[in-house]
Amino acid sequence: MASEKVLLARVGRKDSRSIETYVEDGGYKALRTVLTGGWSPEKLTDEVKKSGLRGRGGAGFPTGVKWGFVPKDTKGKPVYLLLNADESEPGTFKDRLLMEEDPHQVIEGMILSAYALKCRDAYIYIRGEFYLGARILDAAIAEAYDKGFLGENILGSGYALNLTVHRGAGAYICGEETGLIESLEGKRGQPRIKPPFPAVHGVFGSPTIVNNVETLACVVHIVNRGAEWFAKIGRNEKNTGPKLYCLSGHVVRPGVYEAPLGLPMKELLFGADFGQGMKDGRKVKAVIPGGASAAMLTAEEIEDCPLDFDGLVAKGSMLGSAAIIVMNEDTCIVDAAKNLSKFFSHESCGQCTPCREGTPWLLKVLTRIEAGEGRLEDIDLLEKISNQMANGMTICVFADAAIAPVLSSVGKFREEYRHHIDQNRCLVGPRSAVPSSAPDLRPSTFDLRPPTV
Amino acid sequence: MSHRRYRVESAGEPRVFPPEARARIDRILKRYPTKKAALLPVLWVAQETWGWISKEAAEEVARILELSPAHIDGVLTFYTMYNLSPVGKHLLQFCTSISCHLAGAEGLAERCKKRLGIDFEETTKDGKFTLVEVECIAGCDRAPSMMVNDTYYEPMDEKQLDSLLDRLAAES
Repeated sequence: MASEKVLLARVGRKDSRSIETYVEDGGYKALRTVLTGGWSPEKLTDEVKKSGLRGRGGAGFPTGVKWGFVPKDTKGKPVYLLLNADESEPGTFKDRLLMEEDPHQVIEGMILSAYALKCRDAYIYIRGEFYLGARILDAAIAEAYDKGFLGENILGSGYALNLTVHRGAGAYICGEETGLIESLEGKRGQPRIKPPFPAVHGVFGSPTIVNNVETLACVVHIVNRGAEWFAKIGRNEKNTGPKLYCLSGHVVRPGVYEAPLGLPMKELLFGADFGQGMKDGRKVKAVIPGGASAAMLTAEEIEDCPLDFDGLVAKGSMLGSAAIIVMNEDTCIVDAAKNLSKFFSHESCGQCTPCREGTPWLLKVLTRIEAGEGRLEDIDLLEKISNQMANGMTICVFADAAIAPVLSSVGKFREEYRHHIDQNRCLVGPRSAVPSSAPDLRPSTFDLRPPTV
Repeated sequence: MSHRRYRVESAGEPRVFPPEARARIDRILKRYPTKKAALLPVLWVAQETWGWISKEAAEEVARILELSPAHIDGVLTFYTMYNLSPVGKHLLQFCTSISCHLAGAEGLAERCKKRLGIDFEETTKDGKFTLVEVECIAGCDRAPSMMVNDTYYEPMDEKQLDSLLDRLAAES
């Protein structure tokens, strides 16, 4: 059953980007309610707390609680709100859609949130590749200034806010909130040691809140329809609200789908309103449920798997940015792990040794196995390298993300790794057959070889 | 770490922003509490002005923002989208991250390499095409996804790629 679309309600509508159609569809009503209806910033924060809204960027931290971390007395320092529109997690493409198709929903969410934080200067940090998105937001912001929704004395309330679009320039790590802050300050986007947390000491030394695009879009609807309405949507009181799911990989109909938080994974993959099943009738082999940083799940594990924060933690993975990447039975799992490791090796910011050195090592070992030059001890080596990279060895969680696809694939598909090493080729897919020109199988470097699968 | 480019090349001549670019920079500076924070946007202005960012352009940015050239060098080599040497008229960017990879992105890139006779990080002799491999560009539902300069082309297949290359090659 298709549920009501909230966040995507206006996507596909004619002229969905213009302020006229947005206002026609009830846009900026929430802003009016708050600014002219006597809502205090504290009341808005309380509503967001009551709604149970958790951050849609990856960590799933309660948004209202995060806002509450800004000190009551900022000692004269301004408070900054930064919109994290860096959307770079492989498999994720929902924020791009929201910004390109319904920019005013994002902007209204930002103005509301800025008001709750008593912020006067807010920035949209958008990844450099979203040139179109940045142009659309720029145009929409200009419209909002013209109509008096931004700038001085918004809607005659005395509240003032400036909003600036700030383009990144190609670096995954700038999606990490302190990396984003460093980047906005005009530096390399290398994450900071926490504490101090950004809510106390963020950009320009001031209290700073960094929120995801989809998160702040939700705030509009929490104001319009109430925290209780929002909290009733979703699987349980810890996982509330509508959610955008990014579905990609070997399904019939990839795309961005909206459904209540907690949608069963099988429904997303096979439902008529969603992915419509596997392409070419192939079987599911593995699913990455939360972007490249999330541990892979096997076909058995997705049988009873709600797509929400706690449902996926229970499966030993995470919802992350709700990027569901589906791999069919012809996918070589070693090859997939190698591709994911290539990403992390390329994107490590280089400031912590375990990550800077570990990510290329993982890639090197996986490349060797995939090329048919692996050694049986390489499987243990992958686990050993991984365990030396993460669990607090580095400033940010990038290294933990980098090892998730490696450890989960080695753990769940160990036999496939062994086959690859034993037979010097893939278990499945185009490279599974012995190539006619292949050299003779190499003499074993081990005295005893385990039986092949 | 990005291993893409480490050296900022010299243009062999001084770089001075034309008046309209300079006016843009002044407008940008008003949006930030520090000059340093304007660095990324100002580097974008430099790239839009000259197509790439030379050592001399970086020095001019350093002068305007009162930053050390070494700081700018560190920033330029950290972010992959700043071109540190001249690139072709059409910068072809192939995403090879997981969803595009599952959709055969590498095969597509190989076809392009063959057609143009260049590898990743190379430019055709006529200066029309530069080829680069990029990480996830958020086009996963329309994989394989690619960009030409600032524009997305997705989903791509061999036929689409061929006609795109024909069209771009025919442009004067």
